[in-house]
Amino acid sequence: MSLSTAQPGANPRSGGSTAWRRFRRHRLAVVSLWVLALLFAVVVSAPALEVMLGLDADAVNLFARMAPPGAAHWLGTDELGRDLLLRLLHGGRVSLLVGFTAAVAAAVIGATLGLISGYFGGRVDAIVMRFADGVISLPLLPLLIVLAAIDPGKLGLPEEISGSQSFSLYRIVVIIALVGWPTVARLVRAATLSLRQREFVLVALAQGFGPARIMFRHILPNTASPILVATTLTVGNVILFESVLSFLGLGIQPPMPSWGNMLTGAQDLISEAPALALWPGTLIFLTVISFNLLGDGLQAALDPRSRRVG
Amino acid sequence: MIGFILTRAAQSAFVLLVMSFIIYVLLGLMPGDPIDLMIGADPNVTAADIARLKALQGLDQPLLDRYGAWLANALEGDFGYSRLFSKPVLEVLRPRLLNSLILMAVSLALALMVAIPAGIHAARRPGSWTDQAINLLCFAGVSVPPFWLALLLILLFAVSLGALPASGMQTIGDGGLLDRIRYMILPILTLSAAGIAGYTRHTRAAMIEVLREDYIRTARAKGLAERRVVWRHALRNALLPVVTIAALDFGSLFSGALITETMFSWLGMGKTIYDAVMGNDYNLALVGLLLATGVTLIANILADIAYAWLDPRISYRVERGS
Repeated sequence: MSLSTAQPGANPRSGGSTAWRRFRRHRLAVVSLWVLALLFAVVVSAPALEVMLGLDADAVNLFARMAPPGAAHWLGTDELGRDLLLRLLHGGRVSLLVGFTAAVAAAVIGATLGLISGYFGGRVDAIVMRFADGVISLPLLPLLIVLAAIDPGKLGLPEEISGSQSFSLYRIVVIIALVGWPTVARLVRAATLSLRQREFVLVALAQGFGPARIMFRHILPNTASPILVATTLTVGNVILFESVLSFLGLGIQPPMPSWGNMLTGAQDLISEAPALALWPGTLIFLTVISFNLLGDGLQAALDPRSRRVG
Repeated sequence: MIGFILTRAAQSAFVLLVMSFIIYVLLGLMPGDPIDLMIGADPNVTAADIARLKALQGLDQPLLDRYGAWLANALEGDFGYSRLFSKPVLEVLRPRLLNSLILMAVSLALALMVAIPAGIHAARRPGSWTDQAINLLCFAGVSVPPFWLALLLILLFAVSLGALPASGMQTIGDGGLLDRIRYMILPILTLSAAGIAGYTRHTRAAMIEVLREDYIRTARAKGLAERRVVWRHALRNALLPVVTIAALDFGSLFSGALITETMFSWLGMGKTIYDAVMGNDYNLALVGLLLATGVTLIANILADIAYAWLDPRISYRVERGS
């Protein structure tokens, strides 16, 4: 092995076109990518659709509660007479936004801790990994419920932040990032452990570079594949967690819609208006399974060694 | 072996202690104030009364002193009173822990009973259409929001078919074994779904690995029936990681139980913790969370012991994960 292993292109595994060809062979992942792209496009165009239909997503109309689908309301209305389709699209914006932001935040925390843990090893490594084990093994949801129920005023946050409309959005992103990092941390640590012994890292060490530069400039770029795979899988999990917390009344606060909190009232109305329970749940399910299949496909494409027989 | 168990127990006790402090601090940050809750909106209470009440309850003390006092009482077995139930906390929690454990044990057993044969089936024919169908079902199982699955089951079995009760634990005035089982079916289906999906994937992966081993080739070369090779020689070795993962996964089983119990009004630990947090019942929430954490830690220790004991290749002096 020579120094050229560090250069892109010299290593056949880093060839973009081979990976793309492997990815395309994973049919379900390709379908998932299309589903997510379509969903994203529809959700982004929600304000345009709102103007086109001449409707307001937040307009309450108690005379038109739980209306069936029709020309005015394509999917009917919810328990307060709001247009269900527009609520779903706006809820999708919130759920996807939370999913991406929290997953990226968790990936940043996880990658940093994983790099430090794998690079320094020894006691630092033991502490970080014990911590990661702890976060994974504890009963997370009960603990998250307490975190979500905290009064921001008692933390000393000023009223204009804690009282604002989007505070519940920031809060859930922070909470989920706090518990979502171990998956990425473990993968990056494992990659760092083996990369640390490679020639290009030894050369960088011999040149007298500091640990920070070696970790972030030399090792981190080579861990991009596991980070990408883990983050994709995390987006799906985050959307699940967000929906559960919002459903329990501890995530996104109404009137801001999210797919989770749209289901909160659905249980009581399930015999009168089952459609209210079916639509948001179907969208959560479709989104999460698409992200999981996409992650599976990316893993197969980027890391063929991990591919199981089949 | 004894030393290993003692070390793990000491580690877990330390984790539990740290968690008790973290949870104590977090609960103090929840909205509301015990004195405000106690006096309600009584107009006759003056500021001086409030100060006196706070001093009486020790609420004017610094946080660390209050935690120290709580810990001292807790170590003597006094966990305080529940505000919502007006009963000692342990008296509230004991029957509910049992209810949760029943729900979780049956769900775990069902999940393993479905997942192991399914995983083996998939592993014996990798790439076949059954393998792919099982794989897709597994993805569906880990991707479905548990509360929505519960809603769908209620919609199908309770609302449309009217075959099973939508929530609760028993019919008032009945409460026989059959009646209770009818109330358990939907919660158990909800709770075991994620487990079935997860364990099937682990069984499949472990089986594929084991079936490549030399001793399997030897067993086949001896002319043993394929059924015997798979179910006796391979399964025994493939089961170890699966059972370990099931025990290590106890924390997420608890999370699932919280949702399931809340959806079906099942009077277990998860629903109690949720109600306690929502109802500002600090004592109940604190002890409930610690109990949930403690049970999870014990399950993790058991998994470690089982792993060290069953697999002679693992030395129990070596730390897991290092």
